[in-house]
Amino acid sequence: MILKTVLFGHTYQFKDLKDVLAKANEEKSGDILAGIAAETAEERVAAKIVLSQIRLEDLRNNPVVPYELDEVTRIIQDDLNEPIYNAIKTWTVSELREWILDENTTEADIKKISRGLTSEMVAAVAKLMSNMDLIYAASKIRITAHCNTTIGKRGTLSARLQPNHPTDDPDGIMASVLEGLSYGSGDALIGLNPVDDSTQSVTRILKRFDEIKNRLQIPTQICVLAHVTTQMDAIKKGAPTDLIFQSIAGSEKGNTAFGFNAQTIEEARQLALTHGTAEGPNVMYFETGQGSELSSEAHNGADQVTMEARCYGFAKHFSPFLVNTVVGFIGPEYLYDGRQVSRAGLEDHFMGKLTGVSMGCDACYTNHMKADQNSIEDLAVLLTAAGCNYFMGIPHGDDVMLNYQTTGYHETAALREIYGLKAIQPFHEWLLKHEFVDQQGRLTCKAGDASALL
Amino acid sequence: MQEAELRTLVEEMVHKMLTSNEHHEIQIEKSVKSTTNSKTQNTVIEDGCIPDISKVDIRKQFLVENAKDKETYLEMKSKTPARLGIGKAGARYKTETMLRVRADHAAAQDSVFSDVSEEFIEKNGFVKVQTLCNSKDEYITRPDKGRRFPGNQLEIIRKTIPEHSKVAIVVGDGLSSAAIEANAAEMIPSMKQTLQAHQITVGPVLFVKYCRVGAMDAIGEVTDTDVICLLVGERPGLVTAESMSAYIAYKPKHGLPEAKRTVISNIHKGGTPPVEAGAHAAELILTMLEKKASGIDLK
Repeated sequence: MILKTVLFGHTYQFKDLKDVLAKANEEKSGDILAGIAAETAEERVAAKIVLSQIRLEDLRNNPVVPYELDEVTRIIQDDLNEPIYNAIKTWTVSELREWILDENTTEADIKKISRGLTSEMVAAVAKLMSNMDLIYAASKIRITAHCNTTIGKRGTLSARLQPNHPTDDPDGIMASVLEGLSYGSGDALIGLNPVDDSTQSVTRILKRFDEIKNRLQIPTQICVLAHVTTQMDAIKKGAPTDLIFQSIAGSEKGNTAFGFNAQTIEEARQLALTHGTAEGPNVMYFETGQGSELSSEAHNGADQVTMEARCYGFAKHFSPFLVNTVVGFIGPEYLYDGRQVSRAGLEDHFMGKLTGVSMGCDACYTNHMKADQNSIEDLAVLLTAAGCNYFMGIPHGDDVMLNYQTTGYHETAALREIYGLKAIQPFHEWLLKHEFVDQQGRLTCKAGDASALL
Repeated sequence: MQEAELRTLVEEMVHKMLTSNEHHEIQIEKSVKSTTNSKTQNTVIEDGCIPDISKVDIRKQFLVENAKDKETYLEMKSKTPARLGIGKAGARYKTETMLRVRADHAAAQDSVFSDVSEEFIEKNGFVKVQTLCNSKDEYITRPDKGRRFPGNQLEIIRKTIPEHSKVAIVVGDGLSSAAIEANAAEMIPSMKQTLQAHQITVGPVLFVKYCRVGAMDAIGEVTDTDVICLLVGERPGLVTAESMSAYIAYKPKHGLPEAKRTVISNIHKGGTPPVEAGAHAAELILTMLEKKASGIDLK
């Protein structure tokens, strides 16, 4: 392993592999805040040059959080397929990059190799990719998953209907649900971020979701995104849910800060499989986002892209139906502006797919960030080209509970029309039945009228 | 169909097309003329004013064309502040709602990226200090620097707040200067009044530029004040850019766990009005002085 290079006559010596990984990142305010970013543009490229010659076995042998100290590292390492890993361990990161991009490398080839990659390898190759590389490579890979319906097939683009309300008022929530459905949103999921994390409140909303799903015979999934333990308690008390949600981090310490560990998630999954309302087998929903480990001081000195890749490695262990990066929610300390959010969204989507999880993206921003609706519309267009499974759907993109902006009901509809995509087939047929879309999946003049579903 | 019939049909069609084309051309000519004419005419700047779109009550706005049941729709919509019933232009937004979202976002951005005015600070007699941050940019990207002060600023803090004071009120810009200008001047007198009724006088109010919540710990550290109440601008949402929070803590010091702060959030005219929040904050302060604790320790 060589950690030194000369560029334009200057010698750049890096401390260790973690240092190379951090400095090879595109500029992110979170890496600067952590004090681990490249100090000059040339140093950044020098780190990329060094990283390009690192062998995959060196990345496996140097996880950014030690195996002995961290269950996320253990899960990722123990889940590896050894024969596949052995076949590629002498590849350099540069070779892996060119192999993924090669016209003779098929989707099936990539999915096979994926089983021999650790998250550090996945992150490393993302650091050597330009934005279009990330789109080009990701567009080769489709990851499908089945809960009640199958998400991720080619030709589809889905949306999670996010009917958030500042006081969890069930009638207010249902108003947003009905309108979202009439715009073709909600084929990925009808999923609420609750204000009140109590079992009682979560149960009340799940029952309303279940009732409307059955009454209108909507082929989709439902979930209330409370803490994993609250959802488990609700299920044990008879609440109907298809998916169990949890925000996850790329280290055990980060997960501890979120109030759970791997065992909690496995118990939740078993509970959903045995007492949930879904067909399965994919019954978990995870959210991630660059910077969350640093914000809970659980990054172990590693950069935010590598820590993010480790979230996907952890997620994969539980065969999730949905994983999405909430890119842009965390604030400008971690992703400074629209440009950094865009880069992070493309990295996360690619890394998730290369890891093998069904990836969506909450393309979003907060009001203290130098970004606006144009920034996330751009990102959504790019991610649709990259074959992203789903986006969020919120009335006019304005979340009145979480106080941030994301993609609206209209965005997924427009993206479907621009790219010739449809909702998940049974949901598309449901939309057709209600005349909200035409055969091609384009909105009709009846779309956007929630009262048509009353 | 007979050939003759077909011929007649085609002839008819061609005739129709021609005449309708002629008609079109005439129309086009007319409109070209009128445009050319209007270019040469003077544009009249009218005396009117386009109404303030931010004054439209979006809870009552309804733009869905040919809705099946408008009345029930409006009733549903009244249960949520979400932007429902907005209609569409193709698969995109109508101009009116698109502009309103842009306007609300503009207000939010301006309140983050502008400063509390010097006039406001002077008028209220605040004593101004600044954290280690040197710009708004540094402030939003370096939370660590927004919690600490350089030595010369700590001197001003010491001179302003007498050591071992019972209560100190601090105002910080935080993430919304609009929130401070809209609420602080009303909230402070209401707080002082309640405290005075209990024989507690509060000294001069500090104003902290580029202030994070943790700045109150640094102030507590050098002044050893019993209770500090920090009024700080919240991260603005689109509903309001004028929401302020009060963070109150007993003997705050560096490393104070977040759970030991008591928070009153959502202080603005549409949430908890500042005068009411002031009285509430004063009562909390009195309880803290009595129990020598704050945050979860109060429960």
